[in-house]
Amino acid sequence: MSAVATAERPVSDLAARRARDARRRQLTVQGLRVLTAVVWLGSWELTTRLGWVDKFFFSQPSEIALRLWTWISEGTALGPLWYQVYVTMEETVLGFAVGSILGIAFGVTLGGNRLLSDVFSPYIKAANSIPRVVLGALFAISLGLDIRSKVATAAILVFFVVFFNAFQGVREVDRNLIANARILGADNRRLTTEIIIPSALSWIMASLHTSFGLALVGAVVGELFGATAGVGELIYSAEHLFDAAGVFAGILLLAAVALVAESLITALENRLIKWRPQVVVETKFG
Amino acid sequence: MAPAISLRGVTKRFLTPSGGVYTALHDVDLAVEPGEFCAVVGPTGCGKSTTLALISGLEPPSEGEVQVLGKPVSGIADGIGYVFQSDAVFPWKTVLENVAAGPRYHGAANREARDRARDWISRVGLAGFEDRYPYQLSGGMRKRVALAQSLINGPRILLMDEPFSALDVQTRSLMENELLALWSASSASVVFVTHDLEEAISLSDRVFVLTAGPGTVKSNYKVDLPRPRNVAEIRFQPRFAEIYEELWSDLRDEVLVSYERQKRSGAA
Ligand SMILES: Nc1ncnc2c1ncn2[C@@H]1O[C@H](COP(=O)(O)OP(=O)(O)OP(=O)(O)O)[C@@H](O)[C@H]1O
Ligand SMILES: [Mg+2]
Repeated sequence: MSAVATAERPVSDLAARRARDARRRQLTVQGLRVLTAVVWLGSWELTTRLGWVDKFFFSQPSEIALRLWTWISEGTALGPLWYQVYVTMEETVLGFAVGSILGIAFGVTLGGNRLLSDVFSPYIKAANSIPRVVLGALFAISLGLDIRSKVATAAILVFFVVFFNAFQGVREVDRNLIANARILGADNRRLTTEIIIPSALSWIMASLHTSFGLALVGAVVGELFGATAGVGELIYSAEHLFDAAGVFAGILLLAAVALVAESLITALENRLIKWRPQVVVETKFG
Repeated sequence: MAPAISLRGVTKRFLTPSGGVYTALHDVDLAVEPGEFCAVVGPTGCGKSTTLALISGLEPPSEGEVQVLGKPVSGIADGIGYVFQSDAVFPWKTVLENVAAGPRYHGAANREARDRARDWISRVGLAGFEDRYPYQLSGGMRKRVALAQSLINGPRILLMDEPFSALDVQTRSLMENELLALWSASSASVVFVTHDLEEAISLSDRVFVLTAGPGTVKSNYKVDLPRPRNVAEIRFQPRFAEIYEELWSDLRDEVLVSYERQKRSGAA
């Protein structure tokens, strides 16, 4: 009976019902998300208050919130909070930019040149296999404790990820598209800018998502090797004082920064790659 | 008059991934007159696409000589249009940008290229779709984009590799008629690859039948049906049936050889 009713209903009605279903689902998801947070934070707070879990090591949500509030209202031991965030963001963004520009440039060049890629591939593989965060120590010695050593650490982490993706992206370009462009009269420059780079762009964009997170890691690790300001330094000095709440508050700040950056990159991706069918980002873990 | 396209004693060998040598074409002789519409038919894998790649200059011959417009082919020459067997429109360009690519690559100003592209887009029946991306088009529409993209450069040689094989029967004869109209308004020589004998006869002046791989020209038929033609009706003419019968008896043997071979290599 209901099937008959559906068949006779006009299209606009069907669309409205689809939209209503989607909204309802959306509400359910949001509600469950909030519930998860409440259960998680509630049990954390409760177990530490009851003394089942040692508050000294694990802190507790109310204390972390209080610490964040103190930082916001009265500033941190290192100075105002916004300045710490600003310093870390500056290092991260600069490192991200330097690393990804170099990564794209080298990836596209080597990907398009057999000889160069054959010559350099063992060195790049070797460089990729060392745990690159330790280079932060090297940069702290060679570049000093100012912003340069942090930017360099962030950049080197970003570089390899972007490089490999750009390289692969260039290698995977559809031979047919290249043949077509050449038949249509494209010279080498046009081939690079209009076929190879756009085609590699979806690979590159995919790598930018992970690599912004890596840039943040690089900046924070760089700060651990020695700094006077920044969120990493904030965490580091809290750790020295056995101040678990301070460590958690710092981590929370980093997570917030990473989330904002992620959404900015997704927006950039949707602008740059609008020729692809829109992927549903809703169900993805953001 | 010198032929527009000529292949003389052309052999093409490919290196297989296992290091062996595979002969795709063997001692092919083929000539296309200026302004002639030729079809190439043959069983699958016999080297039809390879023949087009040789003419376009995308692939060099292993032996023999390929000449286009009186000059030996060495690399990609100007004046060639190529509609590929698989989709080759650029997915990150809109329909307009795709069609305007050729003129832009030849140095036309952006504005002029776009104006000419608009004209061609409406000629292939896609007016109103200028700003769509290829993923938003149907397969048949993408083929039209490819056609406009090739024709806008005013090619003197047009190579087409099974351009309509993915289309339904109605759209297909519509596009075939359109193609004939566009071709007769130009002076281009066409090489049209297909595995459909009816399509080959109804469109062309001459049909080459290739043998099962390694391909060589088995026979070469002149199609003396009058023009202008309507492809939807021409197949009911008695002369069409005669030509079809002759060609089919040639092609059938090759298809059988090719089929037997595939079955055997599949069983091995
Ligand atoms: N780059 C290549 N390397 C190795 N072998 C190739 C290459 N290109 C084509 N071949 C081989 O050459 C033969 C002819 O290929 P071709 O694409 O010309 O066939 P075709 O006649 O166009 O077939 P179809 O009708 O299926 O499109 C095939 O057996 C194919 O495997
Ligand atoms: Mg083919």
